Amino acid sequence: MRFLPTVEQADFVHALDRMLAAAGTPEAARAWAAGEHAPGRRLWARLADAGLFALAVPEAYDGYGPRPVELALAFVELGRHAVPGPVAETVAAAELLDALPDPGPAKEWLPRVAAGRAVLGLAAPEGGHALDADAADAVLVVSGDRLLLARDHGPVLASLDPVRRLAVPQEGTAAVLATGPAVAAAAARAADRAALVTAAQALGVGLALLARTVDHVRRRHQFGVPVGSFQAVKHRLADTLIALEFARPLLHGAAVTGTGADVAAAKVACGEAAYRAARTALQLHGALGYTAEYDLSLWLTKARALRSAWGTPARCRARVLAQTPG
Amino acid sequence: MDLDFTAEERSFRRQARDWLAAHVPAVPLPSLETAEGFAAHRAWERRLAVGRWSVVSWPAAYGGRDATLLQWLVFEEEYHAAGAPGRVGQNGISLLGPTLLEHGTQEQRDRVLPPMARGEVIWAQAWSEPEAGSDLASLRSTATRTEGGWLLRGQKTWSSRAAFADRAFGLFRSHPGAPRPHQGLTYLMFGLDAPGVTVRPLARLDGKPAFAELFLDDVFVPDADVVGSPGDGWRVAMSTAADERGLTLRSPGRFTAAARRLAALWHSCGEDADPSAADRVADALIGARAYQLAAYAGAARAAEGGAPEAGASSLTKVFWSELDIALHETALDLLGPPGEAAGGPWAEGWVFALAGPVYAGTNEIQRDIVAERLLGLPRGRRR
Repeated sequence: MRFLPTVEQADFVHALDRMLAAAGTPEAARAWAAGEHAPGRRLWARLADAGLFALAVPEAYDGYGPRPVELALAFVELGRHAVPGPVAETVAAAELLDALPDPGPAKEWLPRVAAGRAVLGLAAPEGGHALDADAADAVLVVSGDRLLLARDHGPVLASLDPVRRLAVPQEGTAAVLATGPAVAAAAARAADRAALVTAAQALGVGLALLARTVDHVRRRHQFGVPVGSFQAVKHRLADTLIALEFARPLLHGAAVTGTGADVAAAKVACGEAAYRAARTALQLHGALGYTAEYDLSLWLTKARALRSAWGTPARCRARVLAQTPG
Repeated sequence: MDLDFTAEERSFRRQARDWLAAHVPAVPLPSLETAEGFAAHRAWERRLAVGRWSVVSWPAAYGGRDATLLQWLVFEEEYHAAGAPGRVGQNGISLLGPTLLEHGTQEQRDRVLPPMARGEVIWAQAWSEPEAGSDLASLRSTATRTEGGWLLRGQKTWSSRAAFADRAFGLFRSHPGAPRPHQGLTYLMFGLDAPGVTVRPLARLDGKPAFAELFLDDVFVPDADVVGSPGDGWRVAMSTAADERGLTLRSPGRFTAAARRLAALWHSCGEDADPSAADRVADALIGARAYQLAAYAGAARAAEGGAPEAGASSLTKVFWSELDIALHETALDLLGPPGEAAGGPWAEGWVFALAGPVYAGTNEIQRDIVAERLLGLPRGRRR
């Protein structure tokens, strides 16, 4: 057994990190929040060049995948750099299209996803809003035993994370892509994939929040000493690191095994650790952290949104419990 | 990245499982914190040694199997899944043993390790003193040079297993003029029946003599029982302390087995189960799985010769000690009033778990270490 990223995997992650650090992701995220998708789409194109979307697409459709381990590792970096857009949804939609018995829709969409030329939305099976439907080329919607492809959506609503924009896909004008019991199975697989990469994104968000906060409390002086020299501050940050570092192996394990219980466990641990990191980051930045124009806010609100997306803590815990033999 | 065990690892697991299935006592042994239980556990250690399962990670020359860290994790998973007894020899096996393998002389290894592996000599740890718990640098007990060895004086306390053990190991101030408090300490081994040693058993919270205080009145220790160089005890002890806080003392197998038993308890409660406990049962399962997978990653790093980061064992220690308490508290809540009765595995485990955040360096000190060594925060006022 070798439960560690390979050299190739580590190199890929490192290259992605360097590219995203140089790409000005916070500006792209802010533009996205304002409804300007062009900088974000350029970022997506660079991610596609780095091979990100190809990891979600089988070789038959010009991809390298599906490669859940590489996807999970990559999504940690997307979270760390606050990449905007329905990245998790696009990757999960690829999984869904590939799982359909009729290869037609996969043939049409997956080569475009692999090349970074298609942004796909995906509405969660329990319904409600789809993420960034206004930026997506199409949104997949599961309705009963039918899979729909919606090209229109209702009014765009703000999310508590301003970078995430919500809208209800319009079923009336949607095309029916598939029908029958296979739709539900494919949708379940896609939801698991979405949960896995959302967990990874959350872990990355948590790591970014921790790193920024550590940096802040080392430099910020109060009462004549660095804030980071106070034991109460240290302990809060130590607990944040412990939670993140023990969420990471769960994420890797879920990517390797793909079992429902492991994916749910990773989602709970990464989501909770990231949210805890957000609360700590806000507290230790003080009012600065509560200021929207300060970049920390990009990660603070995302931690909260990702906690609920693709499996709330309660649903995931119930799943872990149900799938553990008594 | 994978979780596929090799054929060799799978065969190792099968061998361990088969041996344990044939040898684990059908009726649980009495608590090892009682005289009767101590004797029964000592006999179990001998039995393990006959099967060559008492110290699997040690070299074969000392009774081990030269097992890799991953094989050791596999063995521990099987051991705890089989419901095998607690390890009365653990202080010696997981703390002194690795220290001797790293810092001891060949003569010390040949003399000390085989009887330790067979449970013939059970070791107690003598770190703490009344004025020095987690702050080992403020130790006051002394070792004074004498003809052919050292004379120990002072008091040690909360020495785990010392009420019934045979020998002890600890740190003593041997060079009082040393410029810094953690310098001038020497790591020594001594007999608990040696002239000048008085052992006063101390009862832990449940009344069982799980530890003791030791009064040392010019106890002679020959040079042969100094571990490492005189005056270099701090460095020698720190490698032991990292073992204690890291994996080897609290193996993931113990937690995965306990979490499975907790899940079984939850399912057995059926409709009577406290619904508010469901999330905590799930969190215990998640925590145990996280610890198991983190250990697999650590084993992979170790197999490639990677040393753990300074402070990594502190991170691990806070995690397992809190997980242990959460597991047992949740079980007691599920059991309800009957859980209060002493002697059951969950009640006994709860008392044991409560000590976790206190010993092996308190969790407050471990959080300081995590913050300073892993996060690079400045040292400063402890307030």
